[in-house]
Amino acid sequence: MNLNTLLSGIDVKASWVGLRYVKEDTDFRVVRDGNPEANARESKQGVMVEVLVDGQFAYYGTSKLDQAGIHNAARRAVEIAHAASRFSLHHFGTEARPVAKGKYRSAYQTALDAFSPGELSELLIKASRELKVSDKVVTTNAIARIVNTESHFVSSNGSDVEQQFMMVSADYAAIAQDGTVTQKRTDGGLLAKSYQSGMEVFNEADVLARCRNIGAEAVELLTAEECPTGKMDLVLAPDQMMLQIHESVGHALEIDRILGDERNYAGWSFVRMADFGKLQYGSKLMNITFDPTLTNQFASYAFDDGGLKAQKEFLIKEGLLLRGLGGMESQLRSGLKGVANFRASSWNRAPIDRMANLNLEPGDSSYDEIISSVDRGVFMTSNRSWSIDDYRNKFQFGCEYGKLIEDGKMTKTVKNPNYRAISNPFWRSLKMIGDKRTFKVYGTPFCGKGEPNQIIRVGHASPLCLFDNVEIFGGA
Amino acid sequence: MEKLFKQISQTILGSLRSDEHLGLSFGGEQSTFVRINAAKVRQIGKIDEADLGFNFIFKGKRSTSSVSLSGILDEDIRRAKEELQRLRVEIVQLPDDPYLVIPDSTETSMSEKSGNIPSADEISNLILPPMGDVDLTGIWASGTVFRGSANSAGGYHWFASDSFSLDYSLITPEEKMVKATFAGTDWDQVAFEAFLADSIKKLELMSLPPIVIKPGNYRTYIASAGVADVLSMFSWGGISEAAIRQGESSLGRMRNEGVKLSSLFSLSEDFSSGFTPRFNGNGEVAPETTLLIDRGMLNQTLVSTRTAKEYGVETNFASEGESLRAPQMKVGSLDESEVLKELGTGVYLSNLHYLNWSDRIGGRITGMTRYACFWVENGQIVAPIENMRFDDSIYNFLGENLEAVNSQAFVNPDVGTYDGRELSAVVCPGILLKSFALTL
Repeated sequence: MNLNTLLSGIDVKASWVGLRYVKEDTDFRVVRDGNPEANARESKQGVMVEVLVDGQFAYYGTSKLDQAGIHNAARRAVEIAHAASRFSLHHFGTEARPVAKGKYRSAYQTALDAFSPGELSELLIKASRELKVSDKVVTTNAIARIVNTESHFVSSNGSDVEQQFMMVSADYAAIAQDGTVTQKRTDGGLLAKSYQSGMEVFNEADVLARCRNIGAEAVELLTAEECPTGKMDLVLAPDQMMLQIHESVGHALEIDRILGDERNYAGWSFVRMADFGKLQYGSKLMNITFDPTLTNQFASYAFDDGGLKAQKEFLIKEGLLLRGLGGMESQLRSGLKGVANFRASSWNRAPIDRMANLNLEPGDSSYDEIISSVDRGVFMTSNRSWSIDDYRNKFQFGCEYGKLIEDGKMTKTVKNPNYRAISNPFWRSLKMIGDKRTFKVYGTPFCGKGEPNQIIRVGHASPLCLFDNVEIFGGA
Repeated sequence: MEKLFKQISQTILGSLRSDEHLGLSFGGEQSTFVRINAAKVRQIGKIDEADLGFNFIFKGKRSTSSVSLSGILDEDIRRAKEELQRLRVEIVQLPDDPYLVIPDSTETSMSEKSGNIPSADEISNLILPPMGDVDLTGIWASGTVFRGSANSAGGYHWFASDSFSLDYSLITPEEKMVKATFAGTDWDQVAFEAFLADSIKKLELMSLPPIVIKPGNYRTYIASAGVADVLSMFSWGGISEAAIRQGESSLGRMRNEGVKLSSLFSLSEDFSSGFTPRFNGNGEVAPETTLLIDRGMLNQTLVSTRTAKEYGVETNFASEGESLRAPQMKVGSLDESEVLKELGTGVYLSNLHYLNWSDRIGGRITGMTRYACFWVENGQIVAPIENMRFDDSIYNFLGENLEAVNSQAFVNPDVGTYDGRELSAVVCPGILLKSFALTL
């Protein structure tokens, strides 16, 4: 299939026509308690045909990939755009789809076919067995998810972008039970170890060592004390900071949310257009970057799905809000500065403003300096529960594993650690931020947003962080 | 579409070799979506897609897959043959699966429900002018959804359904909101305009100055839409037999410790409405009704045939994920017209938002109040409340704190579209609680 040939065969009255072909193969393997639970492949392919007519974009997503199918899709999209243009929220011009040319390919060391399905299954079986460190471990799971995506975007104003992604996510989990107490431990939260990488992440010695630790910590939690209740210092590991950044910074800064597109679903935002350049979002230690250029981070790319070239930008610098998460459509609608984040989950959805890699830059404090500065507090790691309001204000998050910090030292393990706060004051209470040695990279395949709904991959990286005087509590 | 699926399935099933077993599933939709902001068109378009799923079994091993279909018969048969060949190469490399289930259902069914749905070109002109000056944001979704199943034992099912939904929020200048969904199978312009006018009238209530209430325990009424959100949590580490067995269920305490919910609470899986097909992804047909929680006691869980084989229990032909497909909660005796009077002084919650287990094993759910939520005094609405976070256990608010259940059940259609347009709906009444924990 030649996408440029298909494009040149379209004869419709439109200011602009674009074709975005996506082919994505997802291999998903799960071993539970030493037995195969899933050996699945999902192969999706199709073309999103988009047109601009009378200032209104319309789309027709089709899996009919011949000339007749693509032309019919373009013709119907033109009819739909024309009919809807009387009611357009915003009249766009072709500047909403800048000309883009280029290629991108994920960096990786070991290709998918270096592991046969049997070899990968064997590794997951070993991992599953390694997780069962004692009879108290009642369930073990070893999960591998490998995604290969090809994307090709061409347009009537000359764009031609080819991007190829290889993405690997893995997780290992143990559930331990003793009487009525049940505790679960994973490898940093569900599929938090998600990267653009190759099969090199399945290094057997490394995987099995992690599994032994995960199993041991699940058992350790069975006899741990309940997390204490009260206002105290909170130290968050980078794998929980991932969720913290995602929910209380990323979604709040999406310009399409601020413009109200999401008000019927995910919600609005406490951030307003007038806040850019003025709002002190967090303490002076807070520096947030949008960076789709980091090698191996989960949501790196060269161009977004509207053709905007991706580059690193500071969204928040020294705590001050500077820039939002908005692609070219949002930038034109709002007049705000944005980033290249106009992304679709697949060929069958239109792009909207999404996070990509959204990171908290490291600071100067060492791990020891942070822990030793705490008189009484709790260290929490690995997200297990998340909920935040529709304005991205009132959140409550829970973690799998906690440690009490007393007089500058980690002491007892605590179970069911939770905390709740309000985004703006919480980030202003950021008291210490870890250095590069505490900085870790994570990602998730599961960011949901949009109507119709879309699940998309995002990456987050963060150092260890200390927050002051946070409401902390335990389980039921 | 049915012809396409039938021809592909006959070709592929007819090409199987001895010792090979195969279940094929079909999922597709021809949908129109209109995304609306400020009663204007933000995004609009159509999606035409279909996938063919494979559940392939050979000599004690299992591999599954799905491929996109083009709708062009020759091309799709080529894709399906290629995929079967790939599965044959892969499956011999896989470990044995002790709990695989060879498809043996020979049942057949056929259900096609056609409706009267406006075309993509007509929709904007039908739905936007009646909105007038009101600030409305939402999503229109319409068209046909297809499901099919065929297997090497001879089972065959087909389900196709036309439908539309307009799921929307109305918003005041003070950013107070009302939520509603207008859904059906046959478009009725008069009925739509009346429904919309009723929503706009409700929005007027939201123009009262909002009040802030403090964290604490309050008498609370949760309307049907909010209850539907709570019941949806039972699909996520709740009513699944596998989840209970594997230590991942909030209802484990009911099985393992004999804990009961209120005798006022009963929950069934009930397919009698016909919103969603009774056959699952493996072509197995669930009973029309399965009583799951009977007057507060765990009567049955959702059991897939795979789980049944692993744990030696009886299947009720749940889906492999053992999630609710047709939940229906039993009504009580609280008349809708008496709700405010019986609430007396407390909070009225029309909708909840962003629910998650804060302690799954303990049955504790956190989430937010959203949309039309009010402070009520002596049976009278006083003012909307600023949104509050709640964090409470089902063993409290569906247990001893459940005071009454509404006598009328409402249909809450699932308008989700992550994996394509959903077909199901939660049918449930509102609930009156003696106490509900609002925390932030």
